[in-house]
Amino acid sequence: MEKREYQWAWLMVLPVVLVVAFSAIMPLMTVVNYSVQDIFGPDSRFFVGTEWFKEVLRDPQLHGALIRQIIFSAAVLLIQIPLGIGLALCLPKKGPWVSVSLVLLALPLLVPWNVVGTIWQVFARPDVGLAGVFLNSIGLDYNYTGDSVDAWVTVLVMDVWHWTSLVILLCYAGLQAIPDAFYQAARIDGASRWAVFRYIELPKLKGVLLIAILLRFIFSFRIYAEPFVLTGGGPGNATTFLSQRLTTMAVGQFDLGPAAAFSLVYFLIILLFSYVFYLTILNMDREG
Amino acid sequence: MGSKRRYIFLGLWLVFLMLPIYWLIMMSLKTNQEILSTFTLWPNDLTVANYVKIFTDPTWYPGYINSTLYVLMNVVISLTVALPAAYAFSRYNFLGDKHLFFWLLTNIMAPPAVFLLPFFELYQSVGLYDTHIAVALAHTLFTVPLAVWILEGFMSGVPKEIDETAYLDGYSWPRFFITIFLPLIRSGVGVTAFFCFMFSWVELLIARTITSTEAKPIAVTMTRTVGASGLDWGLLATAGVLTLVPGALVIWFVRKHIARGFALGRV
Repeated sequence: MEKREYQWAWLMVLPVVLVVAFSAIMPLMTVVNYSVQDIFGPDSRFFVGTEWFKEVLRDPQLHGALIRQIIFSAAVLLIQIPLGIGLALCLPKKGPWVSVSLVLLALPLLVPWNVVGTIWQVFARPDVGLAGVFLNSIGLDYNYTGDSVDAWVTVLVMDVWHWTSLVILLCYAGLQAIPDAFYQAARIDGASRWAVFRYIELPKLKGVLLIAILLRFIFSFRIYAEPFVLTGGGPGNATTFLSQRLTTMAVGQFDLGPAAAFSLVYFLIILLFSYVFYLTILNMDREG
Repeated sequence: MGSKRRYIFLGLWLVFLMLPIYWLIMMSLKTNQEILSTFTLWPNDLTVANYVKIFTDPTWYPGYINSTLYVLMNVVISLTVALPAAYAFSRYNFLGDKHLFFWLLTNIMAPPAVFLLPFFELYQSVGLYDTHIAVALAHTLFTVPLAVWILEGFMSGVPKEIDETAYLDGYSWPRFFITIFLPLIRSGVGVTAFFCFMFSWVELLIARTITSTEAKPIAVTMTRTVGASGLDWGLLATAGVLTLVPGALVIWFVRKHIARGFALGRV
């Protein structure tokens, strides 16, 4: 059934708009303002136009960080989304194990992000950490502080550990919201397990998956505290992602101009990718 | 997939999730010396000194109370404003609806560092600096869009015929919404409440910027474990273990709502 045209619906949305705009509008204006100025102090500012944007876009370190970032986010999505759907399907639908599984699944999400890095820093250490000692004892030469591949894989596994539960919980709640009648109909038709997934569960999960994909993309693209604590961006630049480059820039130079310009570019990159995901999934909705 | 293989897969995954948590708990029970020098599956000399310190030291435990307070405020505000809005987005067309919907999410996309200085100035100027409600309001920046998006996803899954039937039966909108609609999407509301709680609970940068003592969150207190003699690993791990408890309680309370789907026959 088509959605109804109803302008009074604005009244239902208004509180949300007010609450969010209260927090969102002023910071955005401040950043745009900074990004076009050279600021030496509260009273000495110069208008520099697009100068900072040109400088930021030419920064070779930024290009490296951007490429690493895109590869990392792609890996995160390709692993966590299918894994999350798969595990959500594995969860029992009722019984005492549901509660236990849900609580256990939620635990990694609840660890403050700087502590996530700390846990893995010790957990993966080749001399005193469980994972590090285990990997070395089965004959792998594993050392995340020395080898860039090891460091990169460790950051990825840490992110999978930390965030896959978000996808699982969203998908699980989405699956629970599918009426039994749909499954009964499928059983009468003699549908295979795959057909049930493809034609009943997946379409119903679309809304939930959209938000899961966007959230995972956005938060992986903004990842900061975890790799910073774990590897400090190293070895070399192997795990230096965009936000860390941004922070180095903002803290290291005492000049808010380039950092503000970088923030805006960063924001626009995330916006662009998210918009593409958004449109793609909405269009799938129309076809399916 | 047979149901046995499903549970083995799930069980292996849960073991993988619990190993670092197990390591965290063990770290909290070891001495710093032992954490960094020897590989032990179980502490050689087990100590609860770190737990005693956190529960008795007045610079530590208020952090948990502050965090709990502002997070609960945030969840209540977020759900209250997001529920009607998500309904409007899922049911009606109105001027600018799609742009507005997407704009909400753009607030999650901006790097959080962008908001620090403006938030500091904003909450100073309205006299809310270092209060719980300030952190709760500041966190609505990302929890409200999140709540609207997740709830909209669940509401769109409910057939619109249910609304029409209820209106024909003479239900007013508030009565329909509370007595019929909300129970249908309870799994969505449960999971939304949990995610609002979770994202507000672990947020550190903004909360640190707009508080100093009165409303200082636990995650900020934890950064004090870096002292002159290096990081106090055991104390940090203990604080980490204790930050898990409130969230685990929340999911325990909403678990029934997440796990129970709806049957159309009940309507």
